[in-house]
Amino acid sequence: MFGESSLIDRMSCLAVVPAYNEAATVGAVIDGLRRKAPQVDVLVVDDGSTDATAEIAERAGVQVLRMPFNLGIGGAVQAGFTYAHEQGYDYMVQVDGDGQHDPGELKKLFAAAKGPDRADMICGSRFATDTGYIAPISRRTGIHLFAFLLSRLLRQPVTDPTSGFRLYNHRAIALFARDYPHDYPEVEAVLMLHHHRLTMREVPVTMLQRGGGVSSIGGSGKSFYYMVKVLLALFVGLGRRRAVPEPGEPAAVAADHGI
Amino acid sequence: MDTRLQIVAIIGAAGLLLFVLELVRRRALMERYALLWLLSSLVILGLAVWDDALTRIARAMGIVSAPNALFFVAVGFILLLLLHFSAAMSRLSDQSKVLAQRQALLAQRLRQLEQEHEVTRQRQLGERDRDLEPVREQR
Repeated sequence: MFGESSLIDRMSCLAVVPAYNEAATVGAVIDGLRRKAPQVDVLVVDDGSTDATAEIAERAGVQVLRMPFNLGIGGAVQAGFTYAHEQGYDYMVQVDGDGQHDPGELKKLFAAAKGPDRADMICGSRFATDTGYIAPISRRTGIHLFAFLLSRLLRQPVTDPTSGFRLYNHRAIALFARDYPHDYPEVEAVLMLHHHRLTMREVPVTMLQRGGGVSSIGGSGKSFYYMVKVLLALFVGLGRRRAVPEPGEPAAVAADHGI
Repeated sequence: MDTRLQIVAIIGAAGLLLFVLELVRRRALMERYALLWLLSSLVILGLAVWDDALTRIARAMGIVSAPNALFFVAVGFILLLLLHFSAAMSRLSDQSKVLAQRQALLAQRLRQLEQEHEVTRQRQLGERDRDLEPVREQR
C-alpha cells in the first residue's frame, strides 16, 4: 500500500545541527539536508560561535537556536532535544555541523527506525561493517574500550559508542530533553538509554572527512582526558539508582525544567 | 601559650567572626555559605580562648606536637570547604546551562512570532490599501 518512504514522510522529523564555529561547513550541511532529506526540518544550534555560523544558517532559512555562550556539545544538543520535545516531533536526528555526517546516509537510519526490529535510538556506526574508516590510534583505543564496556553492560554488540550520528524517537527525545550528559555525551547517553529500558541498535554508515573546524575531542592528550572522564561518568552512572531523576523528586537542576 | 599571643589570636578570631557577620548583613555573603565560615571562625576563637584545648585534642588524637593537630584539623576543614565550593559550582554551571538553553529557545520563538506577525501585518496593510483605493479615486 504505502511506498517505502511514506511512513517516515508522514512522521515529523527534526534534524539538529550542533555547530560551534563551523561557518566553513554549516551551509553545505544545510544544503545537503535539503537535497537528500527534504522531508526533514532543520534546526541549527549555534553553540556560542564567534564566526558567522548563525548568520549563514539564518540566511539559509532554517531555524536557529543561538546559545548566549559556549555550552559544549552536550548542552547544545540537549537544547535541540528540548526544542524537538516541545514542538512534538516524532523523530530527531543529530547531524554534526562539521560535515562528517552525510545526509545521504539518513535513509539508512530511517529504514532501521521503521524496520521490524525497531529501536528507540538508531545509531550510525562506522565500525558495524568495514566502511573504510580508520580513526587516529589515540582515539581508536578509547572507542574500542567504550565499545567493549558498553557491549558487556548492555549485553548486545555496540561497535561505535562515540558516534553522534543518531536518530531518536519520541521516547528517547523526552528522556534526553530531561537530562543529557555534559561534555562528551554520546557514550554515557547509551548507558542512560539502557537504564531507562529503552533500546538502541546500530546501522553501518559511511562518514565523511570533516569539512573544516576541529573535533570536540581534539588531540591525543585530550583523547586521554576524554577517556578518563567518560570512564568516571560511566562507572559513577552505574551506581545511580536511576540515571535520570523522575519529575517530582529532588534532583539535579537539569531535571527541574521542562517536563 | 604566651598571653600576648593569646590576646592577638583572640582579636584576630573575633575580627574574622565580625567580618563574616558584617558581610552577611551587607548581603555580600549568602547565609548558606556564611554558616561554614561562622563555624570555622568560632572554632578558631574557641581554640584561642581555651588555650588548653589544642593540647588536649592533640593528646586525644595521639599527636605529640599540638600545632600539628591544628594543621591536621585546618587542612581537613579547608579540603571540606573546597569540596563544598566545587559542588556549589557544579550546581551553578548546571543552572546557567539550563538558563542559556531556555533563553535561546525563547529568543528563537520570539523571532519566529515576529516574522509571522510581520507577514500578517503586511497582508492587512495590503487589504486596507485595496479597500481605500476607490475612495481616493473619488476624491
